[in-house]
Amino acid sequence: MEFLYSIFVTPFVEMWTAPEFLAEVVLGGLMSGIMYSLVALGFVLIFKASGVFNFAQGVMVLFAALNFVGLIDAGLPIVVALIATILIMVALAFAIERVVLRNLVNQEHIILFMATIGIAYFLEGLGEMIWGGDVRPLNIGLPDDVWFVGDILIQQSEVFAAAVAGSLVIALSLFFQYTRTGRALRAVADDHQAALSVGIPLNHIWIVVWAVAGLVALVAGIMWGSKFWVQFSLSTIALKALPVLILGGFTSIPGAIIGGLIIGAGEKVAEVFWGAAYGGAIEEWFAYVLALIFLFFRPQGLFGEKIIERV
Amino acid sequence: MTTPLLQVNNIEVIYDHVILVLKGVSLEVPKGKIVALLGANGAGKSTTLKSISNLLRAERGDVTKGSIELNGEAVHDKTANDLVKSGVVQVMEGRHCFEHLTVEENLLSGAYTRGNGAEIKRDLQMVYDYFPRLWERRKSQAGYTSGGEQQMVAIGRAMMAKPELILLDEPSMGLAPQLVEQIFAIVKKLNEDEGVTFLLAEQNTNVALRYAHYGYILEGGRVVMDGEAEELRNNEDVKEFYLGMVKEGRKNFREVKHYKRRKRWL
Repeated sequence: MEFLYSIFVTPFVEMWTAPEFLAEVVLGGLMSGIMYSLVALGFVLIFKASGVFNFAQGVMVLFAALNFVGLIDAGLPIVVALIATILIMVALAFAIERVVLRNLVNQEHIILFMATIGIAYFLEGLGEMIWGGDVRPLNIGLPDDVWFVGDILIQQSEVFAAAVAGSLVIALSLFFQYTRTGRALRAVADDHQAALSVGIPLNHIWIVVWAVAGLVALVAGIMWGSKFWVQFSLSTIALKALPVLILGGFTSIPGAIIGGLIIGAGEKVAEVFWGAAYGGAIEEWFAYVLALIFLFFRPQGLFGEKIIERV
Repeated sequence: MTTPLLQVNNIEVIYDHVILVLKGVSLEVPKGKIVALLGANGAGKSTTLKSISNLLRAERGDVTKGSIELNGEAVHDKTANDLVKSGVVQVMEGRHCFEHLTVEENLLSGAYTRGNGAEIKRDLQMVYDYFPRLWERRKSQAGYTSGGEQQMVAIGRAMMAKPELILLDEPSMGLAPQLVEQIFAIVKKLNEDEGVTFLLAEQNTNVALRYAHYGYILEGGRVVMDGEAEELRNNEDVKEFYLGMVKEGRKNFREVKHYKRRKRWL
């Protein structure tokens, strides 16, 4: 009885009596949700264009962050390090296409998926070989003051992160919607064969999506790195992107964003208000259970592309 | 004699290194003509078209013997992308529109190899002039348009590449007879007004031979007969086996001995 009470009554009473606290919790959750969104976005890009689930996306976040922080520590100015890292990620896209994807063209998706697992381990090893396994602080001069809106406390760095993520999403949407290459990317996602038949070269398209996914990984890496430092556990945050994708839909850019926000806010609220009832650590599994429930009722996710059926 | 636009010399196609699909197909497509490739299911029509456009490799097929020449130049080592650039576009069987793109985006994606430019806008207008229906539906997702409209999208999309030769695979598939006539009439018009050469694969022999100039009949991966469309239409065997017409009314196939029916032109 007491247990039921602590699930169905107490949390709501707490929320009701301290709305500012609830707002702070939700805001904090939304901010970490943005981080999930950024990682999920990289998955969506590659999945849309090739139907391949890129297991290496999480490691790409780590790899980008490692290079960035490594170059800064080596004494390069931030802007130069940023440009150099962008070039590295683009070069990585070319290399992956040339060495891996081109040789596996027309293979089953599962084989390409296996290849991305290989890429993940390779990149992790390469990163450690070049930059070592130390945890490194990343400081790119994000503002670390706080603002008070009414009684609610807001971190400036988190607002900045949100702004960056927002502009990235808008830029990507415009790119997909209105450019020739963006249109070709969507065409390839719809029908490989037909895209080939009208002369869209798949190799170029793959390089473009992997490069864009690399850039998104860099942004995510910088954001995570400046918050939690650059360390190898960064690559495991990729796992959190999975429930985000199931929630938002594997093929939807807005889905990745909104899925990330829901999961970010949801797990924080669950942890703070319901955690006590379960003895804590809800944050760890909340996202996965939510994803499981979604799989039952809406397997294509909130914004996944509907399977078009004509009657 | 001038070289034809397209020349297929005795090609053999093998899928997956084992399955022999084409066993020596030769044909010629002269510039400015409509050539029909006729035959039943599995005769090798689509495979012939795909080996010309080099889409075969995406299905693990390969041309193992013979050669295909476009304007006297071998196509074997070119990619599908190169071929579109040199003017050969295939409209695949079953239309293959980009379902989640709008009709207009579908058309524009056909011009991918040509970059951006004012010319593309003009050609888009040209396609809308030939297919007024597409103008009405230009904002709809292609996946929600009807079969006839999708076929128009597919042909229009191919036209956007400014092709010299369109390889048209089974344009009549799944369409009402009236629509089939409409599509073929447009093909004829594109051929006459825009000077586009067509090589079309069709099961619907009747319609195809009325619109084409020349025809090849494929059976079991071989060309078994070819001739002017007019000539083929009046050929007794073609009439019997492909057009379903016989002199003395309908024939009861049970009464014909099996070996007699099987024996055709070989």
